Amino acid sequence: MNDFEYRLAATTTEAQQQFSSSRRSSYVAGGTNLIDLLKYNLADADLLVDINQTQATSIEELAGGGVRISALMTNADTAYHPLIEKRYPLLSKAILAGASAQIRNMATNGGNLLQRTRCYYFYDAASPCNKRNPGSGCPALTGQNRMMAILGASGHCIAVFPSDMCVALAALEAVILTNGPAGERMVKFGDFHRLPGEHPELDNILQPGEIITAIELPGEGFAANYSYLKIRDRSSYAFALVSVATAFELENGIIKKARIALGGVAHKPWRVNEAEGNLIGKAVNKDTLGAAADMILKGAIGLEHNSFKIELAKRAIIRNGLTALKPELQLPGAQPADTSML
Amino acid sequence: MKEMNTTIGKPVSRLEGFEKVTGAAKYAADHHVPGLLYGYVVNSTITKGRITKIYTREVSALPGIIEILTHENRMPTAWFDIQYADMDAPSGTVFKPLHDDKIRYNGQPIALVIAESYEQARLGAAKLRVEYDEDTQHATELKGNLERARPPKPGMAFLLKPPPPKPTGDFEKAYEEAAFRAKGEYGHSAEFHNPMELFASTVLYEGKGKLAIYSKTQGTINDQTFVANVFGLKYKNVKVIAPYVGGAFGSGLRPQYQLYLAVMAALQLQRHVRVVLDRSQMFTFGHRPQTLMQMRISADGDGKVTGLNHEGYGETSAYEDYSEILVKWAPMLYPAANTLLKYNLVPLDVATPLDMRAPGGSTAFHAIECTMDQLAYQLNMDPLGLRIKNYSEADPLENKPFTSKELKACYLQGAAKFGWYGRKPEPRSMRRGNKLVGYGMATGMWDAMQMPARVEAKITPDGKLHIKSAITDIGTGTFTVMTQIAAEQFGMAMEDVIFDYGNSKLPFAPIQGGSFSTSTVGVGVVNASKALKKMLLKLAKKVSAEFKNAEVGTVTFVGGEIIYNGHALSFIKLVAANGDKPIHTKNMGYPHALKLRKYAMATHSAAFVEVEVDEDLGVATVTRALTAVAAGRIINPKTARSQILGGMVWGISKALREEALLDPAIGKYVNQNLAEYHLPVHADIKGLDVIFVEEQDQLINELGTKGVGEIGVVAITPAIANAVYHATGKRINDLPIHFDKLL
Repeated sequence: MNDFEYRLAATTTEAQQQFSSSRRSSYVAGGTNLIDLLKYNLADADLLVDINQTQATSIEELAGGGVRISALMTNADTAYHPLIEKRYPLLSKAILAGASAQIRNMATNGGNLLQRTRCYYFYDAASPCNKRNPGSGCPALTGQNRMMAILGASGHCIAVFPSDMCVALAALEAVILTNGPAGERMVKFGDFHRLPGEHPELDNILQPGEIITAIELPGEGFAANYSYLKIRDRSSYAFALVSVATAFELENGIIKKARIALGGVAHKPWRVNEAEGNLIGKAVNKDTLGAAADMILKGAIGLEHNSFKIELAKRAIIRNGLTALKPELQLPGAQPADTSML
Repeated sequence: MKEMNTTIGKPVSRLEGFEKVTGAAKYAADHHVPGLLYGYVVNSTITKGRITKIYTREVSALPGIIEILTHENRMPTAWFDIQYADMDAPSGTVFKPLHDDKIRYNGQPIALVIAESYEQARLGAAKLRVEYDEDTQHATELKGNLERARPPKPGMAFLLKPPPPKPTGDFEKAYEEAAFRAKGEYGHSAEFHNPMELFASTVLYEGKGKLAIYSKTQGTINDQTFVANVFGLKYKNVKVIAPYVGGAFGSGLRPQYQLYLAVMAALQLQRHVRVVLDRSQMFTFGHRPQTLMQMRISADGDGKVTGLNHEGYGETSAYEDYSEILVKWAPMLYPAANTLLKYNLVPLDVATPLDMRAPGGSTAFHAIECTMDQLAYQLNMDPLGLRIKNYSEADPLENKPFTSKELKACYLQGAAKFGWYGRKPEPRSMRRGNKLVGYGMATGMWDAMQMPARVEAKITPDGKLHIKSAITDIGTGTFTVMTQIAAEQFGMAMEDVIFDYGNSKLPFAPIQGGSFSTSTVGVGVVNASKALKKMLLKLAKKVSAEFKNAEVGTVTFVGGEIIYNGHALSFIKLVAANGDKPIHTKNMGYPHALKLRKYAMATHSAAFVEVEVDEDLGVATVTRALTAVAAGRIINPKTARSQILGGMVWGISKALREEALLDPAIGKYVNQNLAEYHLPVHADIKGLDVIFVEEQDQLINELGTKGVGEIGVVAITPAIANAVYHATGKRINDLPIHFDKLL
């Protein structure tokens, strides 16, 4: 970890003025990921601009029925906010399935979107990694790839994006508000994170100096029929091997709208519009969910240690779809619910 | 007459608990002195080869950097290999940090960057550029290198870890002809030591050749003699202090490289130096070895075992032969006329493995008890019934009686309390909603050992009793338990007993391992107390005529007084009569080796486990587990229970959670942090229960104790694997049983 200069910015504009593209600058908010990366020499900064005081941390109700969540609000405050719990419980459950209580108390919403992968090789400074050191190679392709991607990967990178919150945000079709040197932008959630392709070093479309200022959620929160499921190697404080955010709008048991997003399988939360569209007009059952699962997992490629994810993801989609019929069946930590009585 | 104070057997809370939970307890890295320097270790990033160049100049120029120690500028150390051998060293040549340019394993320490602050040292270490001549023909994976297997080399280590017993009968014939046969192959990946406290040494340079060292260790005298021998110092000039140890589990049985490097830096710079390993560096030294076992058991039509074949392959390094007692256990538990036991080592380009909680035993019983479980299904017998069918009061292997063996009580009391008999015998026959439910059980054994130790007992002018031993308390409760034993000897309140420990200048104690500390130091306390009582009686006779006819057998000691015939004399008066000079004695406690040669000695346990396995998703959860333990006399049921609970959590971890992921192409474990090396969290642990069955042992030692540090981990892992089979009908023999194996 280098010695670095620390500056506290009072406004977004001031933060951007202090951010210097000629130096190794980085914004810091909760710091739960960045500080680790600095300590392990996986990130390099000589200037940290603290943006924690650049805006009030709040949730605003919008005229169209949606909400605008401050990017600087902590994950914990967001998950436990009455508006989120009531209208967007999927988001609440997904956040609470992630990390640990201590981390959620520090981590901010903007930072959650920007967390780096947990790929073993990315986390080992001595190892080649195309994401950390472009062009150096990817040992995960032939090495330990239990946690790696089965969808949307490239020959350069098979890392997965580790966030739980973002899986819910993808399902809820959030919009990301940013402020950068080129002005303000609104980015559809599905367009925010990138697939690795030729440039795995780029996790998302944020430009240097650009700051996430807020996350907007549309009015439809799917509070009646939703569920978040997370499968991992221990019951808490572990990243998803597969997670699923499911939301339905139902009318007399028939699907009017469907959202299914997968986590832990790709470089970004994974959605397949065709699979969701195909569910419209159908009932929620093992067969319809199974058909959707097959479509979502189409083209999935398993490697030596992660092929299980393909079948697991299909089964998880079915289980979580059934759970969405009765969201109160969900268990703490987004563990698999018992839907046998449905 | 006052009632005797019986502190033994009471669930006394840890005496140092308040200091530990409030942060007042100072661990090895918590000692701050002015002018302290900080060392940060640089580890090899290759697995095999040679260092060709270390670019120290650039790093030396960074702010705060004092020195960079490498094999090129280190001080000379002892000439002969034997001088590096610690109390737990296996046969071979001990690894010497910074000795030469040779790289023996990935993560080997190759340099120490010393700076004025920890952060400066860490930055320097990160920036240190090293060039290697890499040999890519390395081997780190056990399974892929079995052709290298060979028996352990003979040596001193054979005294404690002898090779397996010779075959008896004709196993192959018995197996061929048996009515029932079961077999399995069992694979274990390496397990890495991750006690909460990281490895640290704070070395205070107290003048030429004189060191006071706060260190994380399981043996203050082991570290003291190691440091003195390696660096050519006088024993009396090296003091190793470790009153608080934040868990060790075997990791501190050998001096680890942070001690070596911190001492080297302190001597070379003549400064105070601290070296702390970070969490990822915990993956760069001794670990529980990768192991592969083949187990075959044959039985007759009634379920009587006729043959036992246990063969094991353990990983070792290229420079030392670390071995375990892996294959002797089955024939100690189940009588069989035909036994075939083999144990081989596979030398690899890895750090030498190291004892870890119930080394060998916890690995072995997974194979033994899962194969027995298979056999029970083939026989259509209750798994517990099969164990009882093959129960032996004596050790069948050596045909010796046990000093005590209440395993049957463990089976029966455990089964009753757990509700074992509510189990439906067929696999996949019990369920709760979409969860398959399984019950599994298994047996555990561990040695009941005792070593020699010396203890000082002393009465001071204030009438208090002081007990002294160099032993550590690695979190097991030794401090509390020794205080209880001493208090009981003199019928004193525990507040009036001061146990002084964790310091190499105190009377000799061996390393704290093998579950033998309570018996080892406890017997020393008993013997020193006996001697001290004699001295007090002698003084009493001088002081008071009333004690003229008193004998050792006719006086009592209660509440800081010696009492005879209704007359009491306080210890305060006795010390006063001694010219205010403390009354003290040093005595040995030692095992009654000659008498005990005729007996087998072991602790036993039976574990019962319920698991739920999600039918579609494979996620397995231990919903409740019970371990019944027969471990002789329990001095403190509270700290003893904690030992068993900790072992059970570990067993759950072994069975379902932690997995060290080796990348053999690199020769390195890639998940070297606690986010990806999955130790259990609170949410993984529920419904644990412990029973200590009554086990009176008049033979084993003066206290009747057997030790409880390790037995708790032995049976739980196979019990979980058996429960998973009962739930799912799937035998998963490669640990951990992650959900994907059950999909």
